Amino acid sequence: MDLTTFLIQCLNALQYGLLLFLVASGLTLIFGIMGVINLAHGSFYMIGAYMAYALAPAIESSLGGGFFSVLLVGLVLSVVIGYVLEWAFYSYLYDRDHLQQVLMTYGLILVFEELRSLLVGDDVYGVQIPEILAGSVPLSEVMTYPVYRLFVSALCIALVAGMFYVFARTRLGMMIRAGASNREMVQSLGIDINFLYRVVFAAGFALAAFAGMVAAPVSSVYPGMGNEVLIICFVVVVIGGIGSIQGALVAALLIGFVDTFGKVIVPDAAGVMVYLAMAVILLWKPDGLFKAG
Amino acid sequence: MDNSKAVFVGAVFVALALFPWLGAGSYGIDLVTKIMIYAILALSLELLVGSTGLVCFGQAAFFGIGAYAAVLLSGEEDAASVLWLLPACVLAAALYALAVGALSLRTKGVYFIMVTLAFAQMAYFVVHDTALGGGTDGIYLYFRPGLGEWLVLDDPVTMYLFSLACLIGVFAFLAVLLRSRFGRALAGIKVNEQRMRGTGFTTYPYKLAAFTISGGLAGLGGFLFAVKDGFVNPELMSWHLSGAALVMIILGGLGHLRGALVGAFAFLLLQELFKTEAIFGDFAKHWHLGLGIVIIAAVAFLPRGLVGLPEQLRKRLAGVGAGERGGSLKNPLGEAKS
Amino acid sequence: MKRLMTSPCAVIAAALTMAAAPAQSADPIKVGMMLPSTGTYARLGNNIKNGFKLYVQEQGGKLGGREIEYVEVDSEANPAKAIDNVNKLIKQHEVDVLLGSVHSGVALAMAKRAKESGTLMIVPNAGADKVTGPMCAPNIFRTSFSNWQPGYATGQAMAEDGHKRAITITWKYGAGEEMVKGFKASFEKAGGKVIDQLYVPFPNVEFQALLTQIAAAKPDAVFAFFAGGGAVKFVKDYAAAGLKDAFPLYGTGFLTDGTLEAQGADAEGVKTALHYADALGTPRDNAFREAYAKAYGDQPDVYAVQAYDAAQLLGIGLAATGGDVHKSAEFSAAVRAATIDSPRGQFTISKSHNPIQNFYLREVKGGVNQVVRIASEALEDPGRGCRMK
Repeated sequence: MDLTTFLIQCLNALQYGLLLFLVASGLTLIFGIMGVINLAHGSFYMIGAYMAYALAPAIESSLGGGFFSVLLVGLVLSVVIGYVLEWAFYSYLYDRDHLQQVLMTYGLILVFEELRSLLVGDDVYGVQIPEILAGSVPLSEVMTYPVYRLFVSALCIALVAGMFYVFARTRLGMMIRAGASNREMVQSLGIDINFLYRVVFAAGFALAAFAGMVAAPVSSVYPGMGNEVLIICFVVVVIGGIGSIQGALVAALLIGFVDTFGKVIVPDAAGVMVYLAMAVILLWKPDGLFKAG
Repeated sequence: MDNSKAVFVGAVFVALALFPWLGAGSYGIDLVTKIMIYAILALSLELLVGSTGLVCFGQAAFFGIGAYAAVLLSGEEDAASVLWLLPACVLAAALYALAVGALSLRTKGVYFIMVTLAFAQMAYFVVHDTALGGGTDGIYLYFRPGLGEWLVLDDPVTMYLFSLACLIGVFAFLAVLLRSRFGRALAGIKVNEQRMRGTGFTTYPYKLAAFTISGGLAGLGGFLFAVKDGFVNPELMSWHLSGAALVMIILGGLGHLRGALVGAFAFLLLQELFKTEAIFGDFAKHWHLGLGIVIIAAVAFLPRGLVGLPEQLRKRLAGVGAGERGGSLKNPLGEAKS
Repeated sequence: MKRLMTSPCAVIAAALTMAAAPAQSADPIKVGMMLPSTGTYARLGNNIKNGFKLYVQEQGGKLGGREIEYVEVDSEANPAKAIDNVNKLIKQHEVDVLLGSVHSGVALAMAKRAKESGTLMIVPNAGADKVTGPMCAPNIFRTSFSNWQPGYATGQAMAEDGHKRAITITWKYGAGEEMVKGFKASFEKAGGKVIDQLYVPFPNVEFQALLTQIAAAKPDAVFAFFAGGGAVKFVKDYAAAGLKDAFPLYGTGFLTDGTLEAQGADAEGVKTALHYADALGTPRDNAFREAYAKAYGDQPDVYAVQAYDAAQLLGIGLAATGGDVHKSAEFSAAVRAATIDSPRGQFTISKSHNPIQNFYLREVKGGVNQVVRIASEALEDPGRGCRMK
């Protein structure tokens, strides 16, 4: 591998890692703060991607503005959906055994996937890359890099910064951190914990759906796409340390590198590499890289 | 287990034993054989999740190893003897479980869930990506193992009864195990491992033993699966099956052996029901939807699973059901929330 | 008293024999369709059902003088459930014919049960070489392809186009490896060289690392096999990485079938080999496409064609055996002797019961797979491991 190729592979790894972080960040939020094992997280991602596909024609004709207004409308819509889901399903689970959550979110996967089939059908659909991001930049004599992928990476970095800011600097972030470590205490301080949870859940849903919307032009939308990201998201969250945003970031980048170079260096064992990495890290650090709280 | 529960379990096994002669039909026999095999898988997982508080998300790997061992160790020319093949499959799965357990029991809670998943995925990719077990195509069993004239597993009814015997054996074994000193230690670990350790009790060997036994029992299920189908495929080890096994025991009711039994039957029969075209017509192809809704409803209305239903009804009738909450079980993932 | 006890049994037994006896002529033939109706392959399953039913409808709902009736089971594209599903069809529904499946692992499990039970089985898609290789049987037929075939045809086409050094890329699983094997066989036979074989773990769709490898290795052309969502993403990523203009992309037809709309302009110029194309323009194909569009309000695809031909094959066999599916020797002989008038062009069935058919080299132009030329004429799978004569 010459130096140029090596650098391009690093860029690939970085870009994939950032995309993983985008998808996994919502999971670590819900998982770490509310303690809910949300198997339906992949479905949230799928819902986002399908929104990007299905909403586009209606939004184009009524609002205009192309992909960016789809993103905006989708984001608002997913906050609403997340809020309603929490109220209708998840809010009943906090007092319950955690495995009850596994069971219910498993049920939700089945329901979401079938509703998708009934509403949109089982075809594979493409989503257009917005005009101004459709170009590409040359990297080597033959290889080019799509601008849209760079845009996605930039978006992820902005999101990382935003999340750190909210957590470290705002009152909301403080309440969330407090609520994560001691629910009763926060409640006794007169903060409406139920409302707080609803907001966090809606944010987690919106992050997953947003990731789906942003990824849709690159990945296209197809049945079962949610299941594929689910496990890798859990891997990222757990390696990073549950509930830790910086942990998720480091873990996502790590997985990005392991996956990218695994395919190149040990092609025969590429499928195992990610899990091997997870097992090794957890045996070395049983609470993940960054223990939250 | 008080009397009414023992009577219930006994009645279930008697009914299962009589089923082939009660107009089961050859498909009915196949279906129930399959369910009993999955019930063994569910029971093996119940030992970990319900009785010890260790949530394993990789049970399918042990099941799959048992199944692959059954095919790979069987000869191509001659039927193998159940007498050595069955123990060999159980041993293979138990050995893998011992290795996985020794490492993964260093972690706790959600981390434990994910490490067990990681090891299961590794096993999955080994059979999926290498020629060892025929790759993604899977491999066939040439001859079903048996025991001379005594046990011909090619016959569906014999296979059914053999599976039932294994199921009863596993159930009885676990029932005895959980009442022993060992079982009480596991219960203590589930309720409060910290305190157990505080009183000078070394919990690790107990957990490892439970994990190994559980893996071996899952391997027995896998062996039966391979013999019944005569065909194994990497999908046997996929996390979907591990997830389905978890769903079965939670649906049935954690903390009770009969919960695993009831859960396996309920889960697979519900699938069968929603797939039935005669009842749901064209909607049968969207059977996931019905199954999903029932599962969600079960969480909402049956916090203790199906085995908690009679008690729930009794309380409702007595008018004290209003404050019913499902939080009596110790949260096995306590570490997720500090 | 004894009489009373035995008589219900006798009545039932009599009823059973009565039900069984006239089954040869009057009863409908039950076709058990074991196809995915949920999950990733649901769309393929749907088109296969439609294609099969279209031909039967055209024949007035009868083949070989017998009514056709359907039983459907969701295969879930899961081989671990395949034996149970096929048992359900054979034992519960007592079907006469098995139709399936899309997924190779499922088809292999079905073939095993079909071989044991002697039930007639027609494969309308799954390409696993073994089905018409070591697993071949007088009662198992395939109207689609063996994975080796489209791979072999693509290799011939690429070599003919003057390319010398090729890289292959596919998912690491049975179908991908078999197609690469076929490709390599013909490409290297024609003097080309496969300089690297790249694999992506199934069903991973992160291709960027391997695209970078391809760019560094600078082959003359690239051979790829992916399907569904993976095919869409691969073709888009390949174009976005700027490789499409540098190294022409070839593949087996699944790379651009049923996915062109989603792939958009990125698929333009991609060359694939398959036994069918979007614009064959033959009268036979036009008539088929029109009838299909009329019946289902949708354009047919290669999967629908394969299933349509599965129904034709069944019709030929039933006509020769007087509607008796159990006469597998006669059934097989009739099918072997017949020429099936398919929308894809006429084809025959080989001694291992796989189609001997033309493979077209197609190029994506204006969003359709247009025929460039015939890449491989009357291509026959070697049927390795099949002992049928």
